[in-house]
Amino acid sequence: MNKLTISISPHIKDKTSVKSIMWGVVVAISPAVVWGVLFFQAHALYLVLTCIVTAVLSEAICQKILNRPITITDGSAFLTGLLLALVLPPTFPLWAGSLGAVVSIVIGKHIFGGLGYNIFNPALLGRAFLSVSFPVLTTAWQVPVLNTAKLFSEGKFYSFFSGDTITTATPLALALSKFAVANPDIPSYMGLFIGTKGGCIGEVSALALLIGAVYLIIKKYIDWRIPFGYIGVVFTVSSLLWFSNNANPTPLFHVLSGGLLIGAFFMASDPVTSPITKKGRWIFGIGAGILTISIRTWGGYPEGVMYSILMMNAFTPLIERFTAPLQFGAKRMMKK
Amino acid sequence: MFKLRPFIGGVHPPENKHLSCDKEIIPIPAPEILFFPLSQHTGAPCQPVVQKGDKVKRGTLIGTCEKLISSPIHSSVSGTVKSIENSSHPVIGRFQSIVIENDKQDLTEESISPKKNTENLSADEIIKIVRDAGIVGLGGAAFPTHVKLSPPKEKVIKTFIANGAECEPYLTCDQRLMQEMGKEIVEGIKLVRKILNSERCIIAIENNKPDAIEQIKELTRNENIEVIAIKVKYPQGGEKQLIKTVLGKEVPSGGLPMDVGVVVHNVGTLLAIYEAVNFGKPLYERAITVTGAVKNPGNYLVRIGTPVKDILDFCQVDWDNIGKIILGGPMMGISQQDIQTPIIKGTSGILVQTKDEITQDEEFSCIRCAKCIEVCPAYLLPTQIAKVVKAEKWERLSQLHIKDCIECGCCTYVCPSKIPLVQYIKLGKIKTK
Repeated sequence: MNKLTISISPHIKDKTSVKSIMWGVVVAISPAVVWGVLFFQAHALYLVLTCIVTAVLSEAICQKILNRPITITDGSAFLTGLLLALVLPPTFPLWAGSLGAVVSIVIGKHIFGGLGYNIFNPALLGRAFLSVSFPVLTTAWQVPVLNTAKLFSEGKFYSFFSGDTITTATPLALALSKFAVANPDIPSYMGLFIGTKGGCIGEVSALALLIGAVYLIIKKYIDWRIPFGYIGVVFTVSSLLWFSNNANPTPLFHVLSGGLLIGAFFMASDPVTSPITKKGRWIFGIGAGILTISIRTWGGYPEGVMYSILMMNAFTPLIERFTAPLQFGAKRMMKK
Repeated sequence: MFKLRPFIGGVHPPENKHLSCDKEIIPIPAPEILFFPLSQHTGAPCQPVVQKGDKVKRGTLIGTCEKLISSPIHSSVSGTVKSIENSSHPVIGRFQSIVIENDKQDLTEESISPKKNTENLSADEIIKIVRDAGIVGLGGAAFPTHVKLSPPKEKVIKTFIANGAECEPYLTCDQRLMQEMGKEIVEGIKLVRKILNSERCIIAIENNKPDAIEQIKELTRNENIEVIAIKVKYPQGGEKQLIKTVLGKEVPSGGLPMDVGVVVHNVGTLLAIYEAVNFGKPLYERAITVTGAVKNPGNYLVRIGTPVKDILDFCQVDWDNIGKIILGGPMMGISQQDIQTPIIKGTSGILVQTKDEITQDEEFSCIRCAKCIEVCPAYLLPTQIAKVVKAEKWERLSQLHIKDCIECGCCTYVCPSKIPLVQYIKLGKIKTK
C-alpha cells in the first residue's frame, strides 16, 4: 500500500479559485469590450490589446526581478490591463496606454507586494496617472456616426458602424455645463442605455455592463453590497438634487452616463482594495456614491467615479478596523 | 407553520449521501485484535482497571475515571487483555490503549439483559446508568452525556432538541438509525425529557432525509414531540447553529447551550441511552458510515476498538489506490496515517478518498474576497486570523475571538486562494492556550 496523505480538515474544497474568479470577471466584462470595439472601431481594439499585453509583460518582469513565482496565467494582470483600456478614450495613443499599464502593474500592484496587497485599484491608479500626466489626451472624445441607412440598405450588421466620427464632449460633461438645459447634443436615455454616445471604450453601453454585472453577482464573483450601495446612493442623492432643481441632470441620467456602472461593478467591487467586512462594504459603496455625486455636482471635474473609488480605497483599512463584526453569541454575552 | 430562519453563514458542499443512504445498517464481525484508547471523550482520560492476561467479556468495564467530566470504557468483545500500550488514536495521534485479543466466543456480561420497570427509575438513577454505560455524544465531539443531562439547578432547560441534522456530507448513519431504530430513539427522547423536565421537545432533521422525517413523524404522532424539518446547510448539526436555526437563539460566546435553556443530544446518543436503560448495555458498539472509494459503501454496526483496516477489508477497498482515510466526514473528519487506528465512540464514519480526489492546491495570496467571512457561522474574520497567525502576533488573536471558531471548515472550503485557514486557526489556538 502507498503512503496515506495527512492533512487538516476539510478534505473537500470548492472548485472556485483565484484564477477562475479573474477569468470569470474577464468573461463578465466581455460584452462591454465587444460593444466598445464594434462601436469605436479598430483603434479601440489595438488599445485594448496593447494595454493587456503590456500589463501581462510588466507583471512577468516584476515577478522575475523580485524572484517571485510568475503567475501571469491567473488572469489578474490581464484583467488590470483590460480594465485600464476600457476606461480610456477610444482615440487614446497606444504608447500612452501602455505607459498607463506599466504604472498600473508596477506602481499600482507590485510596489505594494503583488496581488492581494495593493491599496489602490491598479487599473484606476494607472488611469489617474494618465489623467494628471496627459489631461488633454484623456478628455478627447470622438463619437462614431452610426449609419442606420447603410445598415438597412446593405443589410450587414458591420455596415452599421460606419467608421465616421465627430468630436464631442461626453454626455456628462454636456449635462453638467451651464448650458445644460435643452442641449440638443445630450443623447437620449436609449442612447445612453445601448451605448451610442461619447465616452471611454468600456463605459458607454449600460446594457453591456449590466449583462456583465448580473453574471458577476450570480456567480458570486463580487459582493453585491458595494455596487448596490454605490449606485443606490448616486440615484438617491441625484433624485433629491433633481427634485430641488429641475435643471440638474435626472437620477437616471446620472446612473447611465459616465463611468458609474463600470466603476461600481468592476472597480469599486475589486475585493483586494475594498473592505472585507459586510458592514464595511456598505460604507465603502455609500461613501463612493456620495463622493461621486459631490464631484459631479460641485467639483471641477465632470466625472467623479475614478477619484471617488481611489479615495475610498485609501479609507479601506480604516473602515475595516471599525466594522469588525461581533462574534456569534456576543450580544447576549454583553447583556449579562 | 412558522418559517425557520437558518443560521447565518455556512456552505452547501456536494452531499454525496446517495452512496450509502439506502443501505441498511449491518453488523461487521468483531476482529481478532481490538484497541481501546483510554481517552475516547472530552475530559479526563480513564485509568485501566484490567491487567495483561485478564479475561474480559463483551461489556466488561476496562477503564474508568472518578472525575466528573469523563466516561468509562468497556470491552466490546470477549477475550484476553494482551497488553496496555501506546497505540494509534484517531484524534490525538497516539494514546495509552488497552489491547484485547478476541476469543471469538462472544461471551456477554450478565448485567446486559432486558430490564423491567424502567419507567419507575428516577432522573438520578437514569443519569447514573448513562454514566456507567460510558455514553458520550456520538455526533463527534464525544462530550460525556451524563454531564449534559445534569445541568446546574439554576439552569432551567426549557427546550430539549434531538439532533438528527447530520449535516456532514457523505454520512448517513444517523439517518439510517432514525429509519431503522426510530422507535427506540423516540423512547430515548422521552427518557431524556423526563430527566431534563423540559416543556418543549424537538427533533430536528435536515430535509434531505424525507424518509427519516416521515418515520419519526409517524412514531411521534401521539407524543408531545415536534418534528422539525430544516433546510440543508452545513454546519447545521453543530449545537449552536442548530439552536440558532430552530429557536433563533444565540448561545453566548464562550457559553453552553444550557445558558439559553437548551440541551441538544444526537439521535445516536439517544438510542444508546435507551439501550443502556432498558438492556443495561454499555456503549461498546455504534453505527458508522463507510463510504467514498469503497466497493461496498454502507452503514455498519461496528464494535468500538475495531481497527480501520478490518472495516475496510470487510467493505472491500482497492488498497493500492487509496490516497486518504478520513475518520468522520469530509468537512471535519481527521485523516489517518495508521490503518490500525481503531474506531472510538466519537467516530461517525470512515471516508476513503482515492489519490485523484485529494485536493492539494498551491496556496495563493489572499485576494480579500471575504468569502470566508460570508460563510463563517461564528461571524469571525478567518483570513484576518490566518494573517495574524502567519505573522506570529499571538497576542492579537484574542481580539479576533479565535476561541469562538468551531473549526467547521467552511472558510477553507470556499477559499479561492486555497489557504488552509482552519489549519492556521488551529495553530493559533494551540499557541494562545
